[in-house]
Amino acid sequence: MTIMSPEASSQRTLYPYVTGTSVVAIKYKDGILMAADMGGSYGSTLRYKSVERMKAVGKHSVLGASGEISDFQEILRYLDELILHDNMWDDGNSLGPKEVHNYLTRLMYNRRNKFNPLWNSLVLGGVKNGQKYLGSVSMIGVHFEDNHVATGFGNHLARPILRDEWKEDLTFEEGVKLLEKCMRVLLYRDRSAVNKLQIAKLTEEGMTISQPYSLKTFWGYGAFQNPTVGAEGSW
Amino acid sequence: MDNMDLNAPHSMGTTIIGVTYNGGVVLGADSRTSTGMYVANRASDKITQLTDNVYICRSGSAADSQIVSDYVRYFLHQHTIQLGQPATVKVAANLVRLLSYNNKNMLQTGIIVGGWDKYEGGKIYGVPLGGTIIEQPFAIGGSGSSYLYGFFDQAWKEGMTKEEAEQLVVKAVSLAIARDGASGGVVRTVIINSDGVTRNFYPGDTLPLWHEELEPQNSLLDILNAPAPEPMNI
Repeated sequence: MTIMSPEASSQRTLYPYVTGTSVVAIKYKDGILMAADMGGSYGSTLRYKSVERMKAVGKHSVLGASGEISDFQEILRYLDELILHDNMWDDGNSLGPKEVHNYLTRLMYNRRNKFNPLWNSLVLGGVKNGQKYLGSVSMIGVHFEDNHVATGFGNHLARPILRDEWKEDLTFEEGVKLLEKCMRVLLYRDRSAVNKLQIAKLTEEGMTISQPYSLKTFWGYGAFQNPTVGAEGSW
Repeated sequence: MDNMDLNAPHSMGTTIIGVTYNGGVVLGADSRTSTGMYVANRASDKITQLTDNVYICRSGSAADSQIVSDYVRYFLHQHTIQLGQPATVKVAANLVRLLSYNNKNMLQTGIIVGGWDKYEGGKIYGVPLGGTIIEQPFAIGGSGSSYLYGFFDQAWKEGMTKEEAEQLVVKAVSLAIARDGASGGVVRTVIINSDGVTRNFYPGDTLPLWHEELEPQNSLLDILNAPAPEPMNI
C-alpha cells in the first residue's frame, strides 16, 4: 500500500493544529540568548497565551521550537529519554549541544522520510567547555549551525536585522536589546505573534529563563494618525 | 427538501468549559448533538466520568470522544488498582493526550480534563486537536467557545468561590448557546472538590435572556388576552 493512497492518510501527518511562531537566537559573549513568545495559535485564533516554547535539555543545551506544540512536547519526551540514558552511563560524560543537535536532525529527517514529519522548526543552543553552539533543524531535516538563527517569520524579519547588527562578543545587555528589537518587529508584522515573551540565557553555568513579560510598542507616527491625507479611500 | 445529511457523522458542535476555583473545579457543557443540520440528541451529557474524582468534557466527533473516554476509563481503572489509591488528574490528562496524540490522523475530538486529587487540588487540562496537553486555570472548547474568548478575557478572575465559578460557567455556556447553532439544549455542570462530586442541570427557562431574545410564552393567545396595560400618568 503506497503512502500516496487515500487509506494512507492515516499514516502521515497532514497539518498542524496548535502552533507556535518564531524563535530567534544569537550567540553572545557568555553563551546563547534565545527568545520566543508564549503564543499557541489554533489556526487564526490566538488560543493559548502561556505556552513555554523553550526548554532546557540536559545541563548544556536549550531547545526552542515553533510549529505543532504536541510534536514539541513529544520531542521533549524523546530528549528526556536520551538524557536519562546518557546519565545512566555514569561515566562523567554528558551530551553537549552539538550531539543533541545531531540527534534532533536524525529524528526529524527520519520522520520526514516516512512522510510523517514532526511539524516543528527547532533551535538548539548551548555551551560546553567554553564552546558556544547554535543550530537549527527544520521539519524536513534541513539543519545548519550559525551565529544567529531564527524560525518561521523570524527568518524573514529578524535575520536581516541580525546580519546588520550582530557582532562577536555582544554583552548580555546588547544581546537582549538586539533580540527585543527583533521580537518587536515580529510583534508588529507577524499575525500569530502575541505580546508575551521569554528570553532564555544559556551559559557554562546553566540555563535561566526570564519571567514572561511584554514589550512596549510605538504607534506615534504622524502618518499613522492621518494615513489617508490627500488620498481619501486609500490606506 | 431532503438536504439534511442524515448520514453525517454525529458531531457535538458543542460548548465545553472547565474552570478552577478556590478548592476544586467546575465543568460545564451544553447538550446538543447534531447529525449535519438535524439535532440527533437535544439532551446529551457531554461531561463524562472517568473516575470518582476525574471527569472530562467531550467535543468534536461524538464517536471519537466516546471511544477515547472509554479507553481512558479502562486504563485508569487498571492504574487505580495497581496504584492502590485514586488516580491523579495529571495522569488522566496524560492518558487522554497519549491516545489523542498517537492517533492524531484519525481522531477529531477536543477534550477538557478536570478533577480533584489530594496532591494538586483542583486542576484543569486542555487536550485540543493534535494531542497537545496544556494545564490552564480555565479552559474552553468546542465550536461555541469562539464566542467566549472575549467574555472570559474580561470575566475570569483568580480565586473565585464555588458559587462564583459555577455562575460564570452557566452564564458562559448560555451565551455561547445564544450564538452558536451547533450548541443548545440545557446547561449541565459538574463540580468536583475534596467533598466529592455534584451534578447540576439548568434547563433553558432557568437561563438569563440575552440580546434580541424574548421571554418564552405558552401561546400568542396569552399575550392577546393579557389585561390592557395601565394608562400612563403623563
